[in-house]
Amino acid sequence: MLAKRIIPCLDVKDGMTVKGTNFVNLRTAGDPVELGKAYSDNGADELCFLDITASFEGRKTFTEMVSRVAAQINIPFTVGGGVQEIRDVERLLNAGADKVSINSAAIYNPALIDEIAQHFGSQVIVCAIDARNDQDGWHCYTKGGRQRQELGLYDWAHEVQERGAGEILFTSMDHDGVKEGFANEALAHLADHLSIPIIASGGAGNMEHFRDAFTIGKADAALAASVFHFGEIRIPDLKAYLHKENIVTRL
Amino acid sequence: MNVAIVKYNAGNIYSVMHALKRLGITPTLTDDAELLSKADRVLFPGQGEASTAMSYLREHNLDKVICSLRQPVLGICIGQQLMCRHSEEGDTDCLGIFPLDVKRFQPVLHTDKVPQMGWNEIYDLKSPLFNGIKEKEFIYNVHSFYVPYDKEYTIATCEYILPYSAALHKDNFFATQFHPEKSGDVGERILKNFLEL
Repeated sequence: MLAKRIIPCLDVKDGMTVKGTNFVNLRTAGDPVELGKAYSDNGADELCFLDITASFEGRKTFTEMVSRVAAQINIPFTVGGGVQEIRDVERLLNAGADKVSINSAAIYNPALIDEIAQHFGSQVIVCAIDARNDQDGWHCYTKGGRQRQELGLYDWAHEVQERGAGEILFTSMDHDGVKEGFANEALAHLADHLSIPIIASGGAGNMEHFRDAFTIGKADAALAASVFHFGEIRIPDLKAYLHKENIVTRL
Repeated sequence: MNVAIVKYNAGNIYSVMHALKRLGITPTLTDDAELLSKADRVLFPGQGEASTAMSYLREHNLDKVICSLRQPVLGICIGQQLMCRHSEEGDTDCLGIFPLDVKRFQPVLHTDKVPQMGWNEIYDLKSPLFNGIKEKEFIYNVHSFYVPYDKEYTIATCEYILPYSAALHKDNFFATQFHPEKSGDVGERILKNFLEL
């Protein structure tokens, strides 16, 4: 059976990992390569590294980090943050990344997804969608959650699938950093209406939340940061718990 | 040990190169017939589309070179598919090393997503390639096409929608549908076994 995946996410700024609460108040939490290796040794199924530095220098540091990760880690990893054009994708894949996540740039230029799919295949594209359940329904947000778009979550998710995205990484801004569980209803809606894998993100606080994302939310993978970085949940314990709850995991 | 990786247009070979380096091997990436035939081991990895890849191999005469290799060869992912007779992807005639035809996964349930992406178990392991590997270990997959189970050539089985060939063997040719270079310690052991065949 195909296993549900657990993906620790490392936000990287100037070569160090950080994690914010509701996209602000960043706290520092260590060297990304060392942390990534530790997660891999502990049973993480994939890793995700997001570059949250915007500067040219920061991007260069990040690309060097991607090469170090590729050299040392033997599980798949996704990188993203600030990917604007196909050359960014090429640079990150050439540094050894398996997949690249694109977010705002895809909303501003949807044809970018088609272009990446044609050049490198759908399997390299993780389309990250940040969305919030506003009074008039789920809306996409860009620029790290600062800019509301008229685009609805479900319409956009369907469009990125049709354009050739390989996976969708859906972050609920309402749930992110709050640690009260994932946005399971929206996740289930995505899973029911799409044929590509959905990665749940935003809201992990305890092990039951992961179980619910897989059972109620029907997610294929779940991504989290702070609960792993600060040792609140150990991945081997989480895997053992999910196994006990009859969820297929790679033990 | 002299290990060569077939250089062609079905990219991401970086992870295979890194995986070999972790095993103490610095591989040569080449499309040169002589370098390939003289290597101790040849890897034929890749991701990409079958018809584009086959056109490139034919244009560069690599189809004949690969088929003529006599040392242990390991195809990975699309490498395995290209080593078969025919692929449904782009209705492509392939290298024909394995007399098997590559099919596209047909979802049965709504939850059957194509491509298969992620970790799945291999079983019925029947080759020194899997020395030290337990039944039902997890390996990493990303693919929409598969080689059906075959009682003669299948040396590892995996189940996704239906049981299919996770690995094949014939003479000096080995192939895996999964990515050993991305399958953690299990994958590393499989690559090590290949180097020790």
